[in-house]
Amino acid sequence: MNPAMTPVRRLLFWTLVAVLLLWVLLPIWLVAMGAFGGRAAVFQWPKSLLPASLSFDHMAAFLAVEGVANAFLNSVIAAAVTVVLSVALGAPAGYALARYAFRGADAFKLLVLLTRAFPLAILALPLAVGFIRIGLYDSPFGVALMHTVLALPFAVLVTQSLFMGIPRELEEAAWVFGCSPVQAFFRVVMPLALPGLAATAIFAFVISWNEVFAASVLTVRERTLTAYLLAVLSESPLHTRFAGGLLLILPSVLFVFAVRKWLFTVWGISGR
Amino acid sequence: MKRRSLLAAGAGLLAAPGFARAQSGDVVFLSTQLRPVEEATRLRNAILRPAPVQSTFVTEEPQNLTVRMRAEAQAGRRTVSLVGALHGELQPLAADSLDALDDVAAQLADRGIPQNLLELGKLGTGQQRYIPWMQATYIMAAHRRALEFLPAGADINALSYDQLRAWAAAIQQRTNQRRLGFPAGPRGLMARFFQGYLYPSYTGGVVRTFRSAEAEQGWAALKATWAHVAPASTTYNFMQEPLMAGEVWIAFDHVARLMDALRAAPGDYVTFPAPAGPMGRGYMPVIAGLGIARGAPNRAGAAQLIEYLSRPATQLRLAAETGFFPVVRAELPADLPPAVRLAASAIGATQSARDAKVSLLPVGLGDKGGEFNKVYMDSFQRIVLRNENIRTVLDAEAANLRAVMNATAAPCWSPDAASDGACPVA
Amino acid sequence: MAPKPWVPYLLIAPAVLFLGALFLLPLVQTLVLSLQGEGGLSFANYARMLGDLNFADALRNTFLLTLVVVPVQIALALLMATMIARIGAGRDLVLWVWVIPLAISDLAAGLAWLAILQSTGYLNSVLFALGLLDGPTPWLTQETPVVLFIGIALAEIWRATAIVLVILVAGMQLIPKEFGEAAEVFGASPWQRFRRVTLPLLKPSIQSALILRTVLAFEVFAVVYALGGRNFPVLVGEAYVWQGENQNTGVAAAYAALIMLISMLATFVYLRVLRTPREQMA
Repeated sequence: MNPAMTPVRRLLFWTLVAVLLLWVLLPIWLVAMGAFGGRAAVFQWPKSLLPASLSFDHMAAFLAVEGVANAFLNSVIAAAVTVVLSVALGAPAGYALARYAFRGADAFKLLVLLTRAFPLAILALPLAVGFIRIGLYDSPFGVALMHTVLALPFAVLVTQSLFMGIPRELEEAAWVFGCSPVQAFFRVVMPLALPGLAATAIFAFVISWNEVFAASVLTVRERTLTAYLLAVLSESPLHTRFAGGLLLILPSVLFVFAVRKWLFTVWGISGR
Repeated sequence: MKRRSLLAAGAGLLAAPGFARAQSGDVVFLSTQLRPVEEATRLRNAILRPAPVQSTFVTEEPQNLTVRMRAEAQAGRRTVSLVGALHGELQPLAADSLDALDDVAAQLADRGIPQNLLELGKLGTGQQRYIPWMQATYIMAAHRRALEFLPAGADINALSYDQLRAWAAAIQQRTNQRRLGFPAGPRGLMARFFQGYLYPSYTGGVVRTFRSAEAEQGWAALKATWAHVAPASTTYNFMQEPLMAGEVWIAFDHVARLMDALRAAPGDYVTFPAPAGPMGRGYMPVIAGLGIARGAPNRAGAAQLIEYLSRPATQLRLAAETGFFPVVRAELPADLPPAVRLAASAIGATQSARDAKVSLLPVGLGDKGGEFNKVYMDSFQRIVLRNENIRTVLDAEAANLRAVMNATAAPCWSPDAASDGACPVA
Repeated sequence: MAPKPWVPYLLIAPAVLFLGALFLLPLVQTLVLSLQGEGGLSFANYARMLGDLNFADALRNTFLLTLVVVPVQIALALLMATMIARIGAGRDLVLWVWVIPLAISDLAAGLAWLAILQSTGYLNSVLFALGLLDGPTPWLTQETPVVLFIGIALAEIWRATAIVLVILVAGMQLIPKEFGEAAEVFGASPWQRFRRVTLPLLKPSIQSALILRTVLAFEVFAVVYALGGRNFPVLVGEAYVWQGENQNTGVAAAYAALIMLISMLATFVYLRVLRTPREQMA
């Protein structure tokens, strides 16, 4: 806490914090209300901010639907592979962009960004054909490849700004002390970069976890959770959709909670 | 728990090359119909579980169906055996993704599937491409609260468009809310309202009469009615939701998209046929069919499943569970659930109306079906929502319609009078 | 160290090969498709796109949304990031909550805001309780375009500010604390410290965040679709409609090419305007 803050300023400060907390949490709370309140709550007017009746029936019915468990597992597989691939491909490229001035750097950056600039729906057909040919169709691994294309710009850009922030002198000092560039990288740069890499991994995971379209087109039976929910939800009654929405939100919230250590180490370092 | 799921994920990865699952002997049944969780679950439990063939029922968004089937066809490797979809959704698949089913059709000759439906199932190719599976149509539903505002002398089972407008206007006047609703949202089926209801009712045609003086009248009437239509109509995909929410008191939609409301409170609603215009009471039956994917991994199983699904007993069961009605000869039993009975009564009233004017689904448009719908939806948007001059819009959109018809060379279908070549836009 | 010119190329090679196979190849196939007309090369698909009813609206809406949403997100995230720096106890909890939307899909975000903004939704319930409304009132229609726009912008800001926040927080942790302390010793006000120390040092992170968010904003679709349906056409939405409903891949590909072109230009501008000369980096 900054000791210089006057009580009035402190009050203002914490009010703003509280408002922003509420801003984030309120919509999630309302989805939960829709999910647990059932049909009656969805059509209630005027609505109350507290549930009139809580029932887990809708959620339970939803979870019992065939295929949810399998879809969940597929989502985890796809996300895990996406994390590994995008960090493995993205971090070296980010390092190159941060440390070297080379011809084609901007062109490469553009190429990477283009992957996010082109609507996936349109690429789906040629991609699906290719995937069927090489046997990656209808598997979480194929979905992960596609998701890596989407996660790569994040990996490259975030690692680039990360490596740019790590003073080059540290590396050069290590060279002076007899480390090879590779050793210097792993002994000096890597430990500093680790939290940022974790953030990259988190991005990758989240992108894969939430992606719907490619996952729907590239799978039939081995659906990921989002693809499964999309097929199931888009035309279901509202309360079912809220139940599905909550099912999508909760793992993400738990995930961010699980990796908060990393997010906080990102923070902790500055306290050195 | 977390660690275990990660382990499981790892194991899954190691197994990645062998993704072909043990269940691959099942018939993979891909359907754009019965997608809502509850309906899919009913189909799986009540109908597919007791079937003679094991199957995996997978649902798919209509727009993904073509992408997937084409991709599988181009790559020459099939996952899907049986496809269930609407007539219009199966049409684009006819050329490269659906197997000829003349053998299956011959086997089912004694089921009493009407000849005209079987003909539709050929998708203009001369060979059977799908077997009709189930049918439905569009009806109107109103909350009982709306009945007191019904114009004097109006028979709810024989409404005219003018009476519908007066009814909606009366409701607006007394409740200060616009409570007539149409499914004009992005996933709503509004285009069918124009093709199967408004146009046939006002002009007696769909394509030939597109820019006729009668069409101009029809659009003007719709525009006048729209002043009393719930403004959120352009976001409604399924009218059951605004009905249940009480936002809308009178609604037009596909019967399956009203079922939830009817099921939730059958006592609250009345159902009745769509209104009539100067040329009659347009109505459009909707057909879903079952096709077998070309190169299906389990064609025999899929054929067996088609045979099972078109047994009269299965079809009646399906009607009771979902509100889609039989295409085979089968008497609806008296003990139908109340919601299904409500739906059936409106359908019956529509079919037996003296002024009924049947519109077929567009035939022979292939993958231009979407652009065909777009002509009507764009006209709607320009005339009703953007207030453009009706004549100008119809003349401009007629050019687009002509382009679609010429590109596909599709001959006219009922209610338009038959044509030799591509159906002309007069 | 002897400079080895091939090192950076070696480092980017895996990513380039990967993108070549999984992105460029299908991309080229698609672009070819957009230029295919009846009997050879033609711009017919592009002409069709330009002449389409919704084209002008979609273009305008996409730009408006990007112009409103991206700056607000950057500003809000900067505010949150600097606030985080001043929180002592409870910082972990606050950061966690603020980052939650990062993990929420646009599908779910659209639903959440639908619950709030639909005519019998929470917003109207509150307005009703305050006596400002006499009953359910639809906001998400084209008769109320301003509210519809604000609603969509709010939902986008809610959903995607967290990603900017994380990028900025990750960038801030690399700013040596001593810089700020030194500035404080010299009597700089918090605002001056922010302007003169934090902001310049954060430039690479801000550049990354801006580029990513802008490109993603041009791609906005699911939330818009969930809230406004057809009432608020955007470019990607039109591409989806042409691909899915209209079954016309050529026009869809033309839309896709246009979106890509716009994103490319925007990225190019950012790379130029926010260039950080390498020598300037520590």
